[in-house]
Amino acid sequence: MSDLFNVNVTVNGTLYEREVEPRILLSDFLRHDLGLTGTHVGCEHGVCGACTVLFDGNPVRSCLMFAVQTNGHEVTTVEGLGDIDDLHPIQQAFWEAHALQCGFCTPGFLTTLVPFLEENPDPSEEEIRNAISGNLCRCTGYQHIVEAVQLAAEKMRA
Amino acid sequence: MLEAHPGLPEFDYIKPKTLAEASRFLADHAGEARPLSGGTDIFVRMRDGVWKDKYLVDIKGLDGTDEIVYDPSKGLTIGAAVAMNRVSAHPDVKKHYAALADAVDKVASYQLRNRATIVGNICNASPAGDTIGACLLLGGALDVHGVDGARTEPLASFFEGPGSTALKPGDVVTSLRLPLPPKGLVGRYYKLGRNKSSDLSIIGVTVVGFPDKRAASGYRIKLALASVAPTPLVVAQVEEILAAKPVTEQTIAEAAQAAMDACTPIDDVRASARYRKMMARNLSQKALTEIWNQLGR
Ligand SMILES: Cc1cc2nc3c(=O)[nH]c(=O)nc-3n(C[C@H](O)[C@H](O)[C@H](O)COP(=O)(O)OP(=O)(O)OC[C@H]3O[C@@H](n4cnc5c(N)ncnc54)[C@H](O)[C@@H]3O)c2cc1C
Ligand code: FES
Ligand code: FES
Repeated sequence: MSDLFNVNVTVNGTLYEREVEPRILLSDFLRHDLGLTGTHVGCEHGVCGACTVLFDGNPVRSCLMFAVQTNGHEVTTVEGLGDIDDLHPIQQAFWEAHALQCGFCTPGFLTTLVPFLEENPDPSEEEIRNAISGNLCRCTGYQHIVEAVQLAAEKMRA
Repeated sequence: MLEAHPGLPEFDYIKPKTLAEASRFLADHAGEARPLSGGTDIFVRMRDGVWKDKYLVDIKGLDGTDEIVYDPSKGLTIGAAVAMNRVSAHPDVKKHYAALADAVDKVASYQLRNRATIVGNICNASPAGDTIGACLLLGGALDVHGVDGARTEPLASFFEGPGSTALKPGDVVTSLRLPLPPKGLVGRYYKLGRNKSSDLSIIGVTVVGFPDKRAASGYRIKLALASVAPTPLVVAQVEEILAAKPVTEQTIAEAAQAAMDACTPIDDVRASARYRKMMARNLSQKALTEIWNQLGR
């Protein structure tokens, strides 16, 4: 086995100190070491977007990073956006606009959309479709997702 | 203890503190060590068992490679570690190097571009690399740190075949440099994919153009093609035709035909060679016409 590395990473506001094998993917680290199973793993090739998390505030594929590369950085997963009693406006909008069916793709959409809506408080439909073009959904046909983003933008502007 | 992904081969992760250390390690382990930048090509290749390196040497951010600087007297320097989204969002890139900004925005997805780098796209030397055509047409050169010190590699002689470049063991690219753009430069990237975004190109066409008194036509218009040959292809005949003869619908058609004739594409999962050839002509024609309109004929 390869040498172990120390990782000090802040995930959803909590500092974790762990020793990891350098080949551990960030997605596996979050799910299996930290128990944050909201980050879903679909293709493991960077294509589907289900594993998207925020790395220092920017959306990235957690299946295309090693956990060691997060040493000294901040990660936000879907669990860090809000919880059942206090949903993030985007989570609330996904619920209200029926933007999910099986829900497998949802964490990736939500983490992609949080920084997008912060930078684009009043996006056009085209901008929304462009923003979510790196996330695949097998169920919804995207229409309700686009509507949820419009609803979320309204909520966040209010 | 959490076990590594079963699909990943055994390798060690090396995090050098300086470029000198990185070059020395890479040279001492020639053939079994690879520089790791954004990792977006490497992860996929390793997991699919195509690459089996024993060492990944993380070079991201070494010795000031995380900077992007535009100097109005020299041009643009993009550090090797600068993620693509930072490049296309840079106001001077949008203003002076539109073809590059456009090409960057057509690579993969926004999330990928927060990790992927232009230098990685170049070093990976895929014929499909979307940003390479713009870097070539804009006269780009790479700053390289090797075991014998620093040198410059012009992109024009950098590509040797699919995945094969002028880089030698121990070489780490530190930045991409683009000279000052000629006055009145316009440019765009046209990408034909199986869908609107997030896929590699079936073919890609980069065009740039600018007024040039030394050309008989008064204009210099250059074109490069992606995914049509073993290396990214600059079609010199296009520039020659459109410099020598007045730019008209007819000479544009002739130039587009020259682009098609220069292609030696292959059949693959994305498209047949035959389709690629036809699209190389049609998309070149469209690209040249639009750039010609933009030049304000
Ligand atoms: C889902 C998905 C979609 C993609 N879509 C596209 C697309 O649409 N268009 C496209 O062009 N590409 C695409 N790619 C490929 C890839 O994202 C790009 O080629 C990217 O620019 C690679 O940059 P990187 O920093 O991630 O390189 P890495 O993966 O880190 O490295 C790539 C290669 O370059 C070498 N290298 C990197 N940096 C240096 C350096 N500084 N010095 C020396 N060698 C170096 C590495 O050793 C390796 O061999 C896609 C990849 C994925 C996973
Ligand atoms: S699991 Fe990471 S992009 Fe699909
Ligand atoms: S809701 Fe099922 S994949 Fe999107």
